[in-house]
Amino acid sequence: MRILILGAALALLAATVTAAQDDQTLQSPETGLTDRSGRAGPDPAPAELVIEDIRLGLKVVDTPSDGGTSLTLTWRPDPSAGELPDVPGAGLRMPLEILRRGPDETEFVNVGRATLRDGEFVDAGLEPGLGYSYRLGISGAAGQQHVSPASAPVVPVGNAFRLHRLNALVAVLLMGGFVVAFIMAARRGADLYIRRISGLDALDEAVGRATEMGRKILYVPGIISVNEPQTLASLGILGYVAKLTARYGTELEVPNIDPLTMAAAREIVKQSYMEAGAPEAFNEDMVHYITQDQFAYAAAVNGIMVRDKPAANFLIGWFAAESLLLSETGQSIGAIQIAGTAQVTQLPFFVSACDYTMLGEELFAASAYLSKDPLILGSIKGQDMMKAAILIAIVVGVVMATLGVNGFVDWFAAV
Amino acid sequence: MKKQIPILLAVIASLCPVIAFFLPQRWINDWMNQRLDEWMVIIASFALLLGIVSMVQTNIHKIRRRARGWGFSIVILISFVIMTSFGLFGGQGAREDGSLYPFTWVFQYAFSPLQSTMFSLLAFYVASASYRAFRVRNVEATLLLIGALIIMFGRIPLGKLIHPLVPQVAEWIMQFPNTAAQRGIIIGAALGAAAMSIRVMVGIERPYMGKS
Repeated sequence: MRILILGAALALLAATVTAAQDDQTLQSPETGLTDRSGRAGPDPAPAELVIEDIRLGLKVVDTPSDGGTSLTLTWRPDPSAGELPDVPGAGLRMPLEILRRGPDETEFVNVGRATLRDGEFVDAGLEPGLGYSYRLGISGAAGQQHVSPASAPVVPVGNAFRLHRLNALVAVLLMGGFVVAFIMAARRGADLYIRRISGLDALDEAVGRATEMGRKILYVPGIISVNEPQTLASLGILGYVAKLTARYGTELEVPNIDPLTMAAAREIVKQSYMEAGAPEAFNEDMVHYITQDQFAYAAAVNGIMVRDKPAANFLIGWFAAESLLLSETGQSIGAIQIAGTAQVTQLPFFVSACDYTMLGEELFAASAYLSKDPLILGSIKGQDMMKAAILIAIVVGVVMATLGVNGFVDWFAAV
Repeated sequence: MKKQIPILLAVIASLCPVIAFFLPQRWINDWMNQRLDEWMVIIASFALLLGIVSMVQTNIHKIRRRARGWGFSIVILISFVIMTSFGLFGGQGAREDGSLYPFTWVFQYAFSPLQSTMFSLLAFYVASASYRAFRVRNVEATLLLIGALIIMFGRIPLGKLIHPLVPQVAEWIMQFPNTAAQRGIIIGAALGAAAMSIRVMVGIERPYMGKS
């Protein structure tokens, strides 16, 4: 009987020890990490599954100038001997797992990856006001996981202003100040000079040529919607061209790739015809929609060019690969072509295929140039002053960088 | 009132992204930035209806008037009806047996090749435009021709055979004079766009209202 009782007690003790070991295998209370290998059966030694042997000096701080939704982790990207476990793939490109434990969580979970040489990781999408702890992890052989000691919980805090964008704010205020100052000067009657822009001077010539030849004018306002400043600038020029066509009784066609642009263009052309005293000459088919597909649009506009042979083509706005398709087709039918875009990659095509090309800022100056409105002229002068300020900043930056003083250049680099 | 309300809306809508750019608060980003983007998508979707109406009307008028190329208008309208029917009632993507639904089939085997054809035409247009641009007419055109020849030869193995310096000179032209000129244009254009945006934001220029 004693032997039986002793045997039962030993069996119970053995079962208890085994159960305790099983628990430790699944979750190490010391590290808070779980074995995610999913293996069943006899447990390996629990202490070997999660090893706290990464010593990269992990620091967790609140990310500055954010809305309180992120924390920034930093570590030494150039560890000394013994600060990293001896695992395969050790080196600067070694992948590190970012392990996070939230406020009401008992376990660390993988929330991202970085490499050793990154030295930094920003964990975004956090809840402001709650504390988060972190570890760095490296997966070793046979399901082992090496981790760094857990950081103390850090709370992300919201900031009122993105301080690193102070440079942009200064630029915006400076530009706004210049524009407002020159608009006020223009209101007081100051004489503001604007240089000749041959592409805009040629608008009257092109409309006159089409009128004499009795052929239509084709106006293409680019391929982007009205949220693009180039499209808005193009619509301003369209208004001027439409007034001329209304005055001379010349046919105008404006094919559109974007329905919103079409709606705005239609209103502008209608308004121009009314202002020119020829509302009866306007019809809605003058400004029409074709398709939103870039090359289908280019094919349709090329078709209009080849069939109707317009005397003048205006290609003004935001263009991409279709710029050359359109301008070369226009060239082949002998139309006078005036182009304008701020797309640097498309300018060479327009320059080689068109008679006149408005380069970059000339396009945006068109409304001031054509309307002679002192308010708009004032804004152009303000823009010129800002350009002068940027030129001065470039010269100062070059001199300071040459002298080895990088603070000035660095201030402009961060946005 | 008819004038002031659209201007007020434009001013508010244009200021929201600017404020969200400088202030990091989540509600600003959620409400004033993302929400406006969603509204833009909704408005653009409804605007597409306007575009469809315009496309149908214009082509019907062309057919009625027997305008030049009116046959193409018939093709457009028939294609429009067929593709809309396929899209609405015929399903999209691939069936379980791997065969394609009619909409996807037409898109893949008719529309995509046509797009590629249009894009590949660029090669011929580039050749004709280059021929015209590089003709020796004056000093500038001659300089352009010399520069272009150096860059073209510098980018192919033959350039190095002609002289080992040719690829280096080509790289120098691309890195320095070319980049400097491009940056000049980009700075000017960016400032022009900023000034234009300010004019629109304060209501001096109102192309969105049909006022040039």
